[in-house]
Amino acid sequence: MSTTVAGSHAHSHAPSQGIGAFLRTYVFSLDHKVIGIQFLFSTLLWFVVGGLLALAVRWQLAWPWSDMPIVGRMLFSAQGGQISPEFYTMLFTMHATVMIFFVIIPILAGAFGNFLIPLMIGADDMAFPTLNMLSYWFMWPAFVAMTMSFFVAGGASAGGWTNYPPLSTVQSASPGSHTGQTLWLIGLTFVGVSSMMGSVNYMTTIIQMRAPGMTMFRLPMTIWGMFITAVLQAFALPVLTAAGFMQLCDRLLGTGFFIPEGLYVNGAEAQAGGGQPLLWQHLFWFYSHPAVYIMILPAMGIVSDILTVFSRKPLFGYKPMIYSISGIAGLGFIVWGHHMFMSGMNPALGMTFMVSTMMIALPSAIKTFNWLGTIWGGKITYNTPMLFALSFVSMFIIGGLSGIFMAATPVDIFIHDTYFIVGHIHYVLFGGTAFAVFGAIYYWFPKMFGRMMNDSWGKAHFFFSFIFFNGTFFTMHILGTGGFPRRYADPYHFETFKHLQSMNQFMTICALGMGAAQIIFAVNFFYSLFFGPRCGRNPWRANSLEWSAPSPPGHGNFDSQPIVYRGPYEYNNPEADDDYYPQTTPPPATHGQSQPAPALAH
Amino acid sequence: MGKFWTLLFLLVPILGVLCFALAPGMNYWLPEDISEHGHQIDHLFMFCLVLTGVVFVATEAVLCWFMWKYDAQHNKEAVKYSHGSHNLEVIWTIVPAATLLFIAIYQMNAWADVKIREPDMPATVEVTGRQFEWRIRYPGPDGQIGTLDDIHTVNDLHIPVNEQILLNLKSMDVLHDFFVPHLRIKQDAVPGNTIPMWFTARKNGTYDIVCAELCGWGHYKMKGRLTVESAEDYKAWLDKLAQDQKATQ
Repeated sequence: MSTTVAGSHAHSHAPSQGIGAFLRTYVFSLDHKVIGIQFLFSTLLWFVVGGLLALAVRWQLAWPWSDMPIVGRMLFSAQGGQISPEFYTMLFTMHATVMIFFVIIPILAGAFGNFLIPLMIGADDMAFPTLNMLSYWFMWPAFVAMTMSFFVAGGASAGGWTNYPPLSTVQSASPGSHTGQTLWLIGLTFVGVSSMMGSVNYMTTIIQMRAPGMTMFRLPMTIWGMFITAVLQAFALPVLTAAGFMQLCDRLLGTGFFIPEGLYVNGAEAQAGGGQPLLWQHLFWFYSHPAVYIMILPAMGIVSDILTVFSRKPLFGYKPMIYSISGIAGLGFIVWGHHMFMSGMNPALGMTFMVSTMMIALPSAIKTFNWLGTIWGGKITYNTPMLFALSFVSMFIIGGLSGIFMAATPVDIFIHDTYFIVGHIHYVLFGGTAFAVFGAIYYWFPKMFGRMMNDSWGKAHFFFSFIFFNGTFFTMHILGTGGFPRRYADPYHFETFKHLQSMNQFMTICALGMGAAQIIFAVNFFYSLFFGPRCGRNPWRANSLEWSAPSPPGHGNFDSQPIVYRGPYEYNNPEADDDYYPQTTPPPATHGQSQPAPALAH
Repeated sequence: MGKFWTLLFLLVPILGVLCFALAPGMNYWLPEDISEHGHQIDHLFMFCLVLTGVVFVATEAVLCWFMWKYDAQHNKEAVKYSHGSHNLEVIWTIVPAATLLFIAIYQMNAWADVKIREPDMPATVEVTGRQFEWRIRYPGPDGQIGTLDDIHTVNDLHIPVNEQILLNLKSMDVLHDFFVPHLRIKQDAVPGNTIPMWFTARKNGTYDIVCAELCGWGHYKMKGRLTVESAEDYKAWLDKLAQDQKATQ
């Protein structure tokens, strides 16, 4: 890691004497690029952890209670190499927790948000560099707490990533409800504080620090995605943090916010009372539904940018795209109840949430049509970032459409908490966001490290990921149609689900293939980091500002203050000499003349 | 290479549709519906499937068509320098908006039948979730649940065929969910609340009762059995149960 950071500081003029200076430059750095890369490496590491947890879940679903090959004896010696049902509940709980809070959210906002926001708006750094550094280092107590939770008595949190009380709150209700759950809540609080610091920083930076000429309607979609996401974080996250504290108080101080009267758990009466389990669900989903958009809007922005660059065409419907993500953000606050159609919430309220949920499909549809409009009539280059961006569109169509089934309350009666929803969420978050993230890594790797990744290996990575992803997750819709319940360590002793085991075995084999395909990515990534061919400033011939900075950009990012003359999507503009028209290139009429800088945007 | 990648992407709609077309024949489908209201839910499921299926195939086909046609290696046309189309935006905003609103309104009656229009009748049975079993209690001779003569059983729910049932759902400890796939009913059991469910079964047989809300390490084994039988058999079973209970007291 230090090598790469050293690379990104080739132009640094930071003092480099002694251990203090070293720590200041490479570890506790205030530079948004270093922080972004720190986030990237941490989240990729957790991606491996989360992926392995998922493979263990898949193993159990394909061959329940059978010895896990190779690692089984080592991990579960007490059970003779098998996964115990207690451990199975921890596996899926921690898989989701890790993937959502340690991978998807921090890789989008933390890694790409940090690295790209100042570069794409033409700023030399974030508005609050110290806050920015803290937002990374506040992730570490969370990393430590979640890792520790596997080793404490009772093991890690086992209440599902949603951690509904009373299961998660009454300590006797499940093994993971001992110290593991407390550590989970502490970890979540730190993640929340970290995201909060990030979001305040991103909003301020985007509003205050844009280069001269960079109006809000000249921002690339990636930045719009990050901006709206930061707004969502700022307004939704405090609710989850508060709810987490309430659960912590219920567990440790006996407050009883979520525990009703007269509870009789595991042979003993629960101490506190007077609370309501549904309250947690309302508070939790008030954040965690917008969190789904926090996990997709930046990816939508990234995809919009990659599609234009490799179609050599302006973005189709730039403003409708912005209005759509704003619409998603606004509606995103009033759809949380669709997670609770079966919860015992007033069923009449369910109808209201159904209507708002249906309507939130509209901006997603508009975005999809505009992406199709973007590649229409272009000249498409099939390289790795573009393939991942196109696959985002293809997979998001499935993830978006399967959402209609869950939004329709009567249909949800059958498919709620079945594998249909598991398929849906993975089409949105894996086929959608994770594929966009892969595309983003291939696309911005040259800017981050000054070297290109290998495109052929990238295509192999894409090919196998794409095939095996669909093999694993498309079939989940069929399982869900059969009523196959989620979070079951062994569904096959039910007559209704017995025949679905062979399909699960097929899915597990695909999942193992998908895991193996990521080895291609890891090798390519690390090889290219050190031995990839060096690239110039603008290997993709792209318009946005980051490509006018050196690769990798030095401290302060740009050689001189960039001045912005146009939007980021002027590909094949007849006015330009070339098929691209960087935002910083002055218009031809003023070529060679000294001209006054445009007024500041704000 | 563009053609190769287009064909790969084309596999998505082709195999996707094939999956759903073949699944019913291979018995990978909705379990048999034995309830009175279930056909509404199945109809709405099929309605969503056909509607989303058409949109799915159409959008994926357009994506593949563009990928094929506008491959930089073959496409000799100049790039269409376009920032969008106001008319198209209006069309593809209004048409999906109307469709989505229609889908939402179209669901409401079925939802109200299953969850809102509660029949005015005494409860047939009370089911209480508990880690990891279903505790079932029927009213005794006094017709009231919650009195001393109640008839108790565990995980073994019997109901008469073709009669409307009102089931009160409770939980003793954590959240559970009473899910009978064949009956197309599902409801969380919430400690502290009593939630009514109503349905009519139309076919004799035994069916699985599934817990659909994570309730702890033994969630997967929280299995109940629903027996739908004729009114006489039901009465006989209930009488025998009452007698056995009396004998052990």
